Amino acid sequence: MAEEGKFKVTIDGISLDVAPGTTILNAARQIGGDIVPPAMCYYSKLEGSGGKCRTCLVKVSKGSEKDPRPMPKLVASCRTTVMDGMEVQNITSPDVVEARKGVVEMLLINHPLDCPICDQAGECKLQDLGYEHGADQTRYEFERRTFERIDLGDKIQLHMNRCILCYRCVYVANQLTEGREHGVIHRGDHSEISTFIENALDHDFIGNVIDVCPVGALTDKTFRFKNRVWFTKPVDAHRDCPTCSGKVTLWYKGEEVLRVTGRKDEFNEVEEFICNTCRFDTKLTADWQLVEPTSVEKESVIGANHYATFNPPAVIHTNAKLQEANVEQLARTEQLK
Amino acid sequence: MARKLLLTHIDVPGIETFDVYRKQGGYRAVEKALKTMTPDDVVEEVKKSGLRGRGGAGFPTGMKWSFLAKPEGVPRYLVCNGDESEPGTFKDRFLMTKIPHALVEGMIVSSYALGAHTSYIYIRGEMMPQIRIVERAIAEAKAAGFLGKNILGSGYDLEIYVQPGGGAYICGEETALLESLEGKRGNPRIKPPFPAVAGLYGCPTVVNNVESIAATVPIINDGAEEYAKIGIERSTGTKLISASGNLVRPGVYEIELGLPVEEFIYSDEYCGGIANGKRLKAMVAGGSSVPILPNNLATKTAKGEARLMTYESLADGGFVTGTAMGSGGFIAFDEDQCIVRNTLNFTRFYHHESCGQCSPCREGTGWMEKVLHKIEYGRADVADIDLLWDIQRKIDGNTICPLGDASAWPVASAIRHFRDEFEWHILHPEEAQQRNFGLAHYADPLTPVV
Repeated sequence: MAEEGKFKVTIDGISLDVAPGTTILNAARQIGGDIVPPAMCYYSKLEGSGGKCRTCLVKVSKGSEKDPRPMPKLVASCRTTVMDGMEVQNITSPDVVEARKGVVEMLLINHPLDCPICDQAGECKLQDLGYEHGADQTRYEFERRTFERIDLGDKIQLHMNRCILCYRCVYVANQLTEGREHGVIHRGDHSEISTFIENALDHDFIGNVIDVCPVGALTDKTFRFKNRVWFTKPVDAHRDCPTCSGKVTLWYKGEEVLRVTGRKDEFNEVEEFICNTCRFDTKLTADWQLVEPTSVEKESVIGANHYATFNPPAVIHTNAKLQEANVEQLARTEQLK
Repeated sequence: MARKLLLTHIDVPGIETFDVYRKQGGYRAVEKALKTMTPDDVVEEVKKSGLRGRGGAGFPTGMKWSFLAKPEGVPRYLVCNGDESEPGTFKDRFLMTKIPHALVEGMIVSSYALGAHTSYIYIRGEMMPQIRIVERAIAEAKAAGFLGKNILGSGYDLEIYVQPGGGAYICGEETALLESLEGKRGNPRIKPPFPAVAGLYGCPTVVNNVESIAATVPIINDGAEEYAKIGIERSTGTKLISASGNLVRPGVYEIELGLPVEEFIYSDEYCGGIANGKRLKAMVAGGSSVPILPNNLATKTAKGEARLMTYESLADGGFVTGTAMGSGGFIAFDEDQCIVRNTLNFTRFYHHESCGQCSPCREGTGWMEKVLHKIEYGRADVADIDLLWDIQRKIDGNTICPLGDASAWPVASAIRHFRDEFEWHILHPEEAQQRNFGLAHYADPLTPVV
């Protein structure tokens, strides 16, 4: 029985109570661990995002207590809200794993597997997804589409070769800036992210398109190819900024700040969007008040000598069943303390 | 002679004009509905008639109407989907061209039932003649007092607008159509919410096919019971079928649902058999998106029963030995036709029309086309057939809207029923390329995929 005013949802055999309106993905994020479906296009800070990449497909094996019929197709967990009594299969469903493998294969058709030279290496969700769900070789043998790199202003570069058309940057441009900066042109596999006749993106917050890009299509020209991310050391810092919260992560190489980004959570989503001044123009330690080393997941290549412990969501602390499900990660946390 | 409801007066000269249509009994349904029935009565009547959506999905129309949310102070909309553009389907265009007032009358009746005071007819942009014809019909109806303020003194107001579409197949998907109607890029929305709850401009909206809306006229005129007497079981009424391919008499026919497929193909009342005395090789019953069936399954089900033109009978056997009514785009293939080339042609269409929002459809349709191109031109090996099968399986059911499924089903059914033909192309590449497919006057009708 669910708590009053809440819906009970079971994901891969683990039950929890969530508020009505919660999506399956966000319910799974409350559980944590491997049960969280991957998401390339969903971004919790961007309204209307999600549902496009299809990496987060899950199987709803029971619709609800009232209507226990399973849903006929796999559904996008980022856009499907839970019903009371819903039962969901994620990694426990072979159909889901197979479909996700298919989606990864499709995404990699027009995204080159050149991680060793890509500026996003070490921070790329598609790279992780490829390792988790990809195949050892591609079955696609035709010519890939290729594009020239485009400078969207003096600080941002777009390389459509790597774009997986997640639309996140389009949402950023639409939702954080006053005017519509850019969008998608053409259709089907000819679609392209573009500004209006290669206009510059010059809004105060437009730098956030770099942070939301899950692959290496939009890169920071002030950092691009200056260093590999795993050779840098992230440190949370802040400054009194008249435009944004000023809460950032500084990426150090030695004493030098090579890059400034928004602070990201465990799902690689920025906690607060930052302005261009903080991102591009303030790269001296003296500009900032340092807070603490940034938490980095143990599995991440960024975390060389710099591991964070497992930080389970509150719901896990209060639920014995969830603790059991996450026992491995909790044990690892204890070891690292 | 089969009974006709929509095309009864098709041969009357000038039936496209208001005066002639009215003389033939036109707009009686509007008078009856507005003067003697409440909106709920009309919804009930359509429900009782068993009318199912004629656009492709076949969802019961009355039930769809009853799902419409009715919040206070929020407008409701009826949108007519005239974006017909699936290969093999051209019956709505025919109806709009020949009897536009049947659509306008149906729009008034349906809008009244739904409580809509502004309705839209969304017509594919390329169909400029039909746009003009329907616009003229609306103007005539308005001049005669059947549209505008206080129609026939009933206190009911209605305006109907024609909106030319963007010329993209995806704009026929109901949520993409609404996006397009709102002036945005025609990308499908992720459901839920369904249009009945949040449709056009976020308001409750019903999207119906041209033929579905026109069918409400005979339902109101003659009553639901009379309508339901036509057809069988859960397939009631009549259906427009656009027949094309290697038939003696291709064209648009109004059939009573329940007609045997064999009779539809071979009887002189309808298609008159396969052209040039050839044999039927395969048929597509409901437009290019539904599975293709070989000769033996076209006229008989796997159980050996006669295949009927009904939603149930065509679907008998699921997608293994059955197909679907779809939009009624009937295509016949004679024994000389190449299934591989046809599948390539269909897939090329879906590749071209994919909106590109979701990954499996965006990338998968193009990939399928490229593999099919290789097979068609004898540059593939047998493993490519399995690859093609696997690609369609990865698309089917995993996309935002049914366009992905529509691209996958023809490929799946073609491989399922005609795998030997795919293999023949691979094993005999030179012969495959030398065959004349009736397109020899083009230098290279199927140029390599870009």
